[in-house]
Amino acid sequence: MFYRESGQFKTGYAADQAVFPILQDRWGVLLMLIIGFVGVPLVIDDYWANAVFIPFLAYSLAALGLNILTGYCGQLSLGTGGFLAVGAYSSYKLMTGFPELDMILVLLGAGAITALVGLLFGLPSLRIKGFYLAVATLAAQFFLIWLFYKVPWFYNYNATGQITVPPREALGFLVTTQKADIVVRYLFILSIVTVFAIAAKNMVRGRIGRSWMAIRDMDIAAELIGIRPFATKLSAFAVSSFFIGVAGALIFSVWLGAAESGETFGIIESFLVLFMIIIGGLGSVLGSFLGAAFIVLMPIGVKNVLVDWFGFTAVFAKHVEITTFGVLIIFFLIVEPHGLARLWQIIKEKMRLWPFPH
Amino acid sequence: MLFFLETVISGLLAGVMYSLVALGFVLIFKASGVFNFAQGVLALFAALTLVGLLSGTTPFTHVDNPALAMPAWAAIPATILVMVLIAVLVERFILRHLVNQDQIILFMSMVGLAYVLEGAGDIIWGSDVKVIDLGLPQGAWDWLLDSHGLYIEKIELVAAGVAGALVIVLAIFFQKTRIGRALRAVADDHQAALSVGISLRTIWIIVWSVAGVVALVTGVMWGAKSGIQFSLSLIALKALPVLILGGFESIPGAIVGGLIIGVGEKLAEVYGGEVIVALFGRWIEIDPGIFTATENWFAYVLALVFLLFRPQGLFGEKIIERV
Amino acid sequence: MNVMTKPTITEDHRTIGDVQMEVKNITLRFGGVTAIHNTSFNIRHGEIRAIIGPNGAGKTSMLNVINGFYHPQEGTITFKGEERRDMRPHIAATQGIARTFQNVALFKGMTTLDNIMTGRSLKMKKNIFWQILYEGPAKMEEIENRKFVETIIDFLEIQHIRRMPVGKLPYGLQKRVELGRALAMEPELLLLDEPMAGMNVEEKEDMSRFIIDINEEFGTTIALIEHDMGVVMDLSDRVVVLDHGELIADGTPDEVQKNQDVIDAYLGVAHD
Repeated sequence: MFYRESGQFKTGYAADQAVFPILQDRWGVLLMLIIGFVGVPLVIDDYWANAVFIPFLAYSLAALGLNILTGYCGQLSLGTGGFLAVGAYSSYKLMTGFPELDMILVLLGAGAITALVGLLFGLPSLRIKGFYLAVATLAAQFFLIWLFYKVPWFYNYNATGQITVPPREALGFLVTTQKADIVVRYLFILSIVTVFAIAAKNMVRGRIGRSWMAIRDMDIAAELIGIRPFATKLSAFAVSSFFIGVAGALIFSVWLGAAESGETFGIIESFLVLFMIIIGGLGSVLGSFLGAAFIVLMPIGVKNVLVDWFGFTAVFAKHVEITTFGVLIIFFLIVEPHGLARLWQIIKEKMRLWPFPH
Repeated sequence: MLFFLETVISGLLAGVMYSLVALGFVLIFKASGVFNFAQGVLALFAALTLVGLLSGTTPFTHVDNPALAMPAWAAIPATILVMVLIAVLVERFILRHLVNQDQIILFMSMVGLAYVLEGAGDIIWGSDVKVIDLGLPQGAWDWLLDSHGLYIEKIELVAAGVAGALVIVLAIFFQKTRIGRALRAVADDHQAALSVGISLRTIWIIVWSVAGVVALVTGVMWGAKSGIQFSLSLIALKALPVLILGGFESIPGAIVGGLIIGVGEKLAEVYGGEVIVALFGRWIEIDPGIFTATENWFAYVLALVFLLFRPQGLFGEKIIERV
Repeated sequence: MNVMTKPTITEDHRTIGDVQMEVKNITLRFGGVTAIHNTSFNIRHGEIRAIIGPNGAGKTSMLNVINGFYHPQEGTITFKGEERRDMRPHIAATQGIARTFQNVALFKGMTTLDNIMTGRSLKMKKNIFWQILYEGPAKMEEIENRKFVETIIDFLEIQHIRRMPVGKLPYGLQKRVELGRALAMEPELLLLDEPMAGMNVEEKEDMSRFIIDINEEFGTTIALIEHDMGVVMDLSDRVVVLDHGELIADGTPDEVQKNQDVIDAYLGVAHD
């Protein structure tokens, strides 16, 4: 085992506060980035991109967003689906209203609009906490979905009520619609998600992240040391919604290419993303990715095993998938309520001490 | 005026159903602090089981075998038995392992349970829409229609009657019986309840069984109206605003909250569009039909507005925070 | 009752200055229950002021009024020359009032270091965009404040638990971390609610030493609630005694100890 930190001395607080203070971790992350940016594009095909990598990345971003709100700031939200929809529909309006706009700006615009909507629905957090707040976010979910279904302006008055992505470029590369090269689409979403993950990591290790966690752990004490609870919660709502909005825009424009409010962004999505952060690990950036990977891969795995190996019908497989899903969630909650990220941490601890048991 | 009355009455009757679901939530929340998101799916599962037994469906194959069909007097107790079994399993495999966990973890475990029950219901009983026939009366109540011109569905009246009776029974159960008092002791203080020798596990099994019975009644009443299918499980979502209005721990709150939501929703659906047009119509063009299909969110917004003025709910007490 | 008004030099050569905080005619009620009734006293710059009294006397409620967590129905609070109807938590924090709690109110999910760093929140001004970038101004600010926090960690001798989540620490250490978080705010007035509750003799001695050092080295005014009378008499310059929400004595430890009302209150003599 080469996972040791002996011999690595920090000579200043800057080094001690680095994202990955341990050398092996830095190599590990670098390796993952090389695999992601160089390795995967060499072997990727349409199926793997559309079924695994692109959804994984888009959901990771959404999970990251929800984790900021729920995992770091302690505000339970069941409105993720609604906020994903805001991101998707605002990106659609931006793309069709301003055809010249670069996709990167479209995504940022969609994020900003979603952040505003998130702020609005975060207002009740001034007075209510816990499950009461969770129910308030459900109000956001249902209201937003209804709005996008009921007001034709949002889908440009087309007859189907669906939104369909037009071909758009980012920095001169076509990144949306089926005509876009799959590798370009993959690299585009990977780059966006990487940038946002770094931003998230920077926020959670600085003052603002500590304020969020302080509010989560004990809001009264936080208030008495000068952290304003309401402003802090609202900042978490805004940042979280920004992330989720960009994720929604990516799900619509880069992954699916078309969307319909209730179908694509229903309450189920809210729960899926919540599962991701719980299974991955509340209050962990890494956990958001692990959780998203698990939730994206699990149904594919169940389907492959049941349909391809055992020859069950697709309908039966679907039902088993739902049940398995529930069982796995309960199993995870019982075995490791702190999620996959904690499991990984424990493994690392063991490796540091290896071959000694303690 | 008559139409208005009709709207209010049908709102009240729908409200009773909401109260019923909310009651299931409150029972479990009071006794175990668990936010039972699976109550709706529990209702679906109970109704599916009852229909399965009534029509003699063979589990897993979904083939009806009339020779095995049970009469209602046998099928109902059998279904209750199944609900008790579920209560035991829930305690054994979930609650027991999550005793001192955060509320959010418990809540998510209930969402997990909802998935399990949903999948299990489909696997065991099939996922097609089922009709339940317990001989409940259908159609309008003729006497009211003839004498007052009011159109009220019989089934809604029956549902309201049954729900009302159930509420009274539960109230007596909680106030007068030894077990009921023990349940309330647990709700007030887990430690204290343990120290006087009440087994927490027994309590949980009982309370989940009661919630199972409430779920059965809910499932049957709701199912009789609109068929037994997946959407039945979504009534759980309906109960949430009711809980906000009434408070998570108040039985009267669940009942009154349900009625308020039921009436508010119906009024909004019928008159909301007109009101919006009257208010804003002169500046922007609005389709008066805009307020249709609001039943998914209107109750939430109503509850939310209410919450901003009274965060502790209708019957809750103001909490003084201490440090 | 001996109410000092002029700056004085104590026996141990500390300067006690003018009145820093004045609470006047405070009455606090919860529904029908009166927690504090018409109570007035002051706290002077640089002194160690003890608030004592039997259980339920309203001591913690008084601290809650002082830093704005409870809002009294009557009375005023004057801090640094500014008279207020009531204090607000955020104003109290920005004006330099810090606080520890009876039952340790740390952020359980965070490490010792992060907990103390939260005490620097008001000193850190870089906005969210700099924080997203991190490299640059936000990092410089972080390091600057980290240096300050490290001096507190050294002062309180808790270097070894810097990276440990506070939820797993023994109680005595948690109390110390909480003190560290309050100190990180560089307070002018430090409120300590039973800083030694649940500690053994050795830990109490350590904590007493920290309190004296904070007062002497940084000139921080300290108001503390404590049940250990030995500690109170040793540490404090002046003592306020509350009983059933009312002030029954105010003076030096010696005076208070001889006061008949105080003796009665502690022995539980019935009220008329």
